[in-house]
This record gives sequence, C-alpha cells and structure tokens, in this order.
Amino acid sequence: MMVPAALIGIAVLSWILWEVIARGIGAITPAFFTELPTPPGMEGGGLGNAILGTALMTLAATLLGAPVGLLAGVFLAEFGPSSRIATAVRFTTNLLMGTPSIIIGIFVYAIIVLPIGHFSGWAGAVALAILILPVVMRTTEDMLNMVPDELRESGLALGAPRWRVTLGIIFRAAKTGLVTGLLLAVARVSGETAPLLFTALNSFYWPQSFGEPTANLTVTIFNYAMSPYDDWQQKAWGASLLITVSVLVAAVLARFVIKDRKGRTA
Amino acid sequence: MQKFFRIAIVFATTAAVLAVSVPALGAKALHGAGATFPEPIYAVWMYKYNQLTGVQVDYQGIGSSGGIRQIKARTVDFGGSDAPLKGPEVREAGLVQFPMVIGGVVPICNINGIEAGQLRFTPEVLAGVFAGEIGYWDDEAITGINPGVALPNEPITVVHRAEGSGTTWIFTNYLDKVSSSWHEKIGTGKIVPWPVGVGAKGNPGVANYVQRVNGSIGYVEYAYAVQNDMPYVMLRNQDGKYVSPSMESFQAAAASADWANTDNYYLVLTDQPGEGSWPIVGATFILLYAKQDDAETAVEMLKFFDWCYDHGADMAVEKDYVPIPKNVADMVRQTWADEIRIDGAPVWK
Amino acid sequence: MVERTAARPGAVDAAPRDQSRPDAVFKWLTAACSLVVIVIMGGIFFELVRNSGMAIREFGFSFLTSDAWNPGTGEFGAASSVYGTLVSTAIAMVIAVPLSIIIAVYLVEVARPRASRFIGGAIELLAAIPSIIYGMWGLFVFAALMQDHVQPFLGNRLGALPLFQGPPMGIGMLTAGLILALMVLPFITAVTRDVLMMVPPVLKESAHGVGSTMWEAVRFVSLKYGRRGIVGAVFLGFGRALGETMAVTFVIGNSHGISDSLFSAGNTIASSLANEFNEASEPIYLSSLFALALVLFGITLAFQTIAHHWVARMQRLEAGDR
Repeated sequence: MMVPAALIGIAVLSWILWEVIARGIGAITPAFFTELPTPPGMEGGGLGNAILGTALMTLAATLLGAPVGLLAGVFLAEFGPSSRIATAVRFTTNLLMGTPSIIIGIFVYAIIVLPIGHFSGWAGAVALAILILPVVMRTTEDMLNMVPDELRESGLALGAPRWRVTLGIIFRAAKTGLVTGLLLAVARVSGETAPLLFTALNSFYWPQSFGEPTANLTVTIFNYAMSPYDDWQQKAWGASLLITVSVLVAAVLARFVIKDRKGRTA
Repeated sequence: MQKFFRIAIVFATTAAVLAVSVPALGAKALHGAGATFPEPIYAVWMYKYNQLTGVQVDYQGIGSSGGIRQIKARTVDFGGSDAPLKGPEVREAGLVQFPMVIGGVVPICNINGIEAGQLRFTPEVLAGVFAGEIGYWDDEAITGINPGVALPNEPITVVHRAEGSGTTWIFTNYLDKVSSSWHEKIGTGKIVPWPVGVGAKGNPGVANYVQRVNGSIGYVEYAYAVQNDMPYVMLRNQDGKYVSPSMESFQAAAASADWANTDNYYLVLTDQPGEGSWPIVGATFILLYAKQDDAETAVEMLKFFDWCYDHGADMAVEKDYVPIPKNVADMVRQTWADEIRIDGAPVWK
Repeated sequence: MVERTAARPGAVDAAPRDQSRPDAVFKWLTAACSLVVIVIMGGIFFELVRNSGMAIREFGFSFLTSDAWNPGTGEFGAASSVYGTLVSTAIAMVIAVPLSIIIAVYLVEVARPRASRFIGGAIELLAAIPSIIYGMWGLFVFAALMQDHVQPFLGNRLGALPLFQGPPMGIGMLTAGLILALMVLPFITAVTRDVLMMVPPVLKESAHGVGSTMWEAVRFVSLKYGRRGIVGAVFLGFGRALGETMAVTFVIGNSHGISDSLFSAGNTIASSLANEFNEASEPIYLSSLFALALVLFGITLAFQTIAHHWVARMQRLEAGDR
C-alpha cells in the first residue's frame, strides 16, 4: 500500500521533468542563444537577450549580496555566536528567507523604481541580491562552524590578527563549502520571477545598460507561456529547460561537493 | 584554486562593468508600456523601424491601466491605452494624447464543432452571456438566433481580463450602450465587477485560456483571433445586420468618426451606424508628456510615430487593423507642434 | 536541514584580546553586514505600512472582511484573496503532508539503502526546481488532465457536495492547490526523512522487540519522537505555500470573489499582486495592493515565528532529555 503511494509522488515529480525536457528540447537551437525575439507570427528569433540579461542580473546580484552575506556569516560564526545580536540576526535571517519573493519585489519597487522613475536592471539585481543574502549568511555560518576551533586557536596562538585568521585560514578550510553555498543561492535566484516583475520588467533588445528595463528569462517565460502563440510557447519551454538544467546541475554539483567534504572531515 | 578564483572574479566584474557602460555605444532606446490591444501591430512596426534605423523602441504589454499608471509615474517614455482619457484629465496630467491605430474587439469561443463565423449573437444575448445570465450553450436565447447550429448542453465559461484593460473598456462600453441591464449592474470600465468567469492576463492570456477551456467564450482584439485561428462570433449591428469582423467592417465603423471635434482626441467608436459596421471598434491611443525632459528621446519618439503614420499603414492592414486616416494624422502632427515642448521650445516642426 | 536557532556547541566567544585596530574594524564591518538583514526586514515592514496607509485609513478593519474588489468604484477588500490563499494552501497541505510522511517512512524503513539514496536524492533535486516551471507544467499539462478527466470524475461521484460543482475548466482553486501540493511535497519529505533518520535505532529495536509491526513502530516510536521536527517542517512548508506566486498565478483563474466550489476560479494575495501591481492606476487601488502585501507579510511572519518557537522548544526539550 505504501509503495504505490510513495511511487505516485515520485512518479508525478519525474513526469514534470520529462515534460520540461520533451517540450523544451525542440526550442534549443543555436539561434535560441544568439538571436533577439521576433514579433509574434514571425518565425525564428531567439531569447539571447533574455539569457544574457538573466546571467548579468544574477551576476550583479551575487556581487552585491554574497560579500555582505559572507561577512555577516563570519560575524555570526566567529564573533559572539551566542550574543543577543547574533540571535536576533539569526532569527531575522530565517524570517527573510521565508518572506515571499513577490514582497521583496514590491519593496524594491517602492525604494528604487519609484524614486528613480523607471524600471531598471539594477532594481532587479537588488531584489535578487536581497534573496541571495540570507541563504549565503546561513550556509557561511554553517560551513564556518564546521571548521574545528583548534584551527582558530592555532592561528591566534601564532599571533595572527583575527581578520587574518578568519579570511586566510578559516575561509581556506571552508572554501568548498562556501562556494557550494554560493552556488546553491545563485541557482535558487536565477529561477525567480516575481521579484523581477516590478523591478527589471522586460525588454525585446540586448541589455545595454542596467539603468533600463532588462530582458530576462523568467518574466519572458511568464509572458510567453500566457500567450496563445505556438512558437512563443515553445520558446517558453526552452527557457524553462535551460533554467531547470542550470539549477539541477548546480544542485548536483553542490551535493557532490558537500558529500565529498563530509567524507573528508569525518 | 586561488588563482582561478581571482581570475574568475576579475572576469565577472569586467563583464558586469561592461554591461553597465555600453549605453555609450548602444543605439537610442525608447520605452513604452500599456495596452495589449495593439501589440501585434506595434511589435511589427517596432521591429521594422529598428531594422531600418537602429532605434530601439521597446514596448511591454501590461494592459491599458498599466500604460496610464506608468506614464503618469514617469517610469516609461510613452504609454499605450485603448481607453482614452477625457480631455480635462489629459490636460490636468500634463499629457498629450493621440490615436495610433484602430482595431476591433471580437468575441471568440471554444465549442466542439463550432467554427469561425458560425455562431451569431445579438447585443442582448452577448450581454446576457457575459453577465452570467445565460449559463448554457443550448439556452433558448442562443439557439433561437442560431437555427441549424448544433449547440451542446454545456455550461458557458466566460473568460475576461484579470487586469485593467482598454480592451475591456471598449467591450463594456459597447455592452453598456446596448443593454440596460448591463448598464445598471455592471457598467463601463477598464476593470469591472464581472459576475462570472475566469480572469486572464492580457489579450494573449484571454486567447490562451479560451484555447484551453472547452465551452469558453472571451473577447480579444481581432488580430489575436486571426493569428491563432480562433472561432469568432458574428454580431448584429445597429442597422440590424449580422456582420463578421474584418478590416472592412472595422473601417466602415470608423468612417463616421469625427476626429476634428474631439477634446484631445477622446472618441468612442462602439455601436456605430452603417450596414457593414462592426459594432465593437475602438482606437488605441498613445500618451506622452507635453513637457519633455530629454530632447533626443522626444525627437526620436515623434519620428517613430510619424514613421508609423506614413509607412505603417500596409503592415497595419495586413494585421487587420485600420490605419489612422491621413487627415487625422496631420491633425495629430499639428498637435505635436502645438503642445510638445522641451525647455519651452517646440520639439516638432 | 532543520532550522538553526542556536550557535554551535563549544563556540568560543570573541576573545578580549581583539584590541588591534584592523581587528576592531573587521569586527565592526562584519557586524554591520549582519545587521543588514534587520535593516531590510524593517524596511520592508516600513514601506508596506507607509504605502498602505491610504487604504487602511479609507477602509479600516473592514478591509480584511470585505470581499469587494472594484477598481471602478474604488472599493477594495482582502477577503477573497485571503480566502484563496488559505484554501489553496490548505488543499496543498492536506495532500502533501500525509504523502510526504508516507514517502519518508518508505525511504527510511522500507526501501533498500541504494534505492533510498537515489530516490531521496531525486526528491531533493526536485525541491530545487523553480516555481515557474511548476506553473508551466500546471498550465500546459496538468490543467488539461484536470479538465478532461479528474474534474469530471469528481463532479460525477461527489457532485452533491457544493465543493465539486461547476463546469470543469481545468484551471481553478483545486488545480492551484494540487500544484502547490507538488511544490511543498519534496521539501516536507526531505525534512521528515532527516528527522526519521535521527531516531535512535535502539528505540525502534525495542519496539520490535516487544512485538510491534513496522507500522506500529513507526507510529508510536519514530513519528512520536520526531513529531516536533515534522511539525516545524509542516509550518515552514505552509509558510512557503502561502507566498507562492508563479505556480499559482498560472492556474488559479484570477477571479476576485468567494465561491463554494473548488472548481471555480479564485485568486491568492500573491497572484493578485503579480497580475495587478504594475497597472493599478488610481492611488487607492495601489494602496490597497500594498495593504494586501502587508497582510501576506503578516501571515507569513506569524507562521514563521510560530514554527521558530516550536522548533526552539523542541531543541530545549531534547537538550533537557539528555
């Protein structure tokens, strides 16, 4: 009785993957990556601009959010981990991680898009950075906590200043774990749609400046999927396949790395 | 490993910096947003114009309400709306409004075995269906005016717009005129309290949902019905004749339009007289600021719209839109010359 | 991956000899970075409250109870969106939680180790799939299935109940709830599996030793032992489902109004925001949308806080047990 129940759950989930691959693979052509979208009804074209836009915004979000997240994680792990501030920060981090991403999008609209006066890639990058931040904080704290205290004590005993010990020794020891955490955060964020709806909007052209609405894959999927045009729908599936593959590759890589690490330090 | 990271970071940063600084090299980009009603023809015009001149005109179809909101918030260069603003509102907001192209709103349905033009509706029946008063396809009201058409005993699923839409405004404006019960209970609006039905996003969304749901009926701009081979419904017009939607029947309705005597081009084209007139026709409008901030943006925008008037007519007809007549286009150009300013000086000569 | 609430055991608090300037700056810098989260959360709350001020002043408390949503006349109320949010999430939890527990029990107790690792790994990967993919699949694949097979079946067998009346459209509240169930399932399964794996084998062996069957051992030992962790996971899953946007927006049908039937279209707070935020043209409309966002923010905060305290209590109790 249990086996079929368990297998139903797994089977449906596998079905989803299958559909994404089957429906999306037809759209994956070289043109998909290099060409601009054409008006509906005109054959051909691609989503090169959206792919580039998503890549650039994800990159900018990582550059904005990851360093802050890393340093914050350092604070939580290294300086007074049980202090009241640290506890409050940890609690707030969990809250932020659980906040719906559409609310983050609305927040960034209110503080960036409205005052500046137009949609922009920067607003989109900031929204994504806010999503990355708590994830990086958590994984950094976890990874740093796995480094044995002896390493810290030896470094300090040799007379090295705290910051040197942390950035030089501890980071190096936790490096793979930190990178994994970063990878996972980036993977999660590259598939987000809601925060970009009100910040980066979308565009039909190559991203030229972050100060303007920026093409991106997820909002494009949203628009194309809701359209009645067959070729747009197929492109939406192609984009879905691309995102799914990237996210899964990152997740698999991360699992391998973590398992490897756990094997080594055990 | 360390070296790899350093190189990767340098590379990534350079890429990001390039992305931000390329505007110096790039072509001029104009940003518009709004109605999905004209999106099929706007997309073609903008694509063609970009190929000819390199100027990038970007337009996001977020609905007429979105167009109005974004232009009022100055988050776009121009807004698109099928629901025209009344003269005083245009002036109060410091905007300039002008019609760009004319199209028709068409009811589409998804019933097994029913093809385009097979089904006929009178104004009362149309209003009854969308108000939820007629709930089944084989209701007497429908079968009575469609003798010989096999209609199933299935419930009608109404598909309307989820967001504020000029297409909805044109459609409800028509229903408001022809049905007193609609007028009392629901009225005209970009978004109305639909008593029944499912909401879809944009004209594309409505077409999408009607394609998927059996027994559904929705309303879209005609180009969407044609592009997706969707069965449209014939309507009885003011003169009592059943007409099919087409460029010709839209043009017949638009023929009696008196653009010269409007306040800021506020004109409604629903339920127009004429034997061959399609009863649900509307113009779609562009909104931009009278006082422009950036000379280059202002000039390029007007050049684009000017090009659309002069060279876009054939493309519009191909998509079953009715181009704005030449004399009206000249009126609009005069309006540009009279009203659009940069630092006090006229933009358009 | 159970929620962390405390620091690692044996952590050394900052030694008093960090007096050197660079170290002080370093400490200050990392502290500042960690405060960024608090600033952001505060900022979100502040902005939501500030921008919903007009709606709150206009409607007051009745905003929460009114199911009006009429941009034409300027009347807005959160009731239909809140209803949709809660109902779709409830459907998701009712289906996902039992199924997750069954799958987790299967993975821990029944499946061979290799199969368990493989399937478990597959489920974790599926948890990583972005929600828009679920939305796509829901609209293109699942909605057709619902319209052609599932809804007519339910309508025929259970049509006496108002829950299952109305035309099968494929899209609607039930479909949205089912898609949400699929989204939450991998998450709760993964956590439940981790919790079950932490049950000390000696407890299970003792149960078997006194003659209980596998299921009895599971029910009375494993699930009981891990129940707080599981409940915590359920709360977190609930919180995530409440705010889910893309998967729901594709298939819920976007209709404001409260209906008896699960077959009808509805809306959630998240889907209304996604559809209408960019184009609310009157200030009261936009303000009402901000107010909706504030309501969602409040609900998710409440759930997360409850989950947090629940798990913290569990950890304290367990530390006390030792």
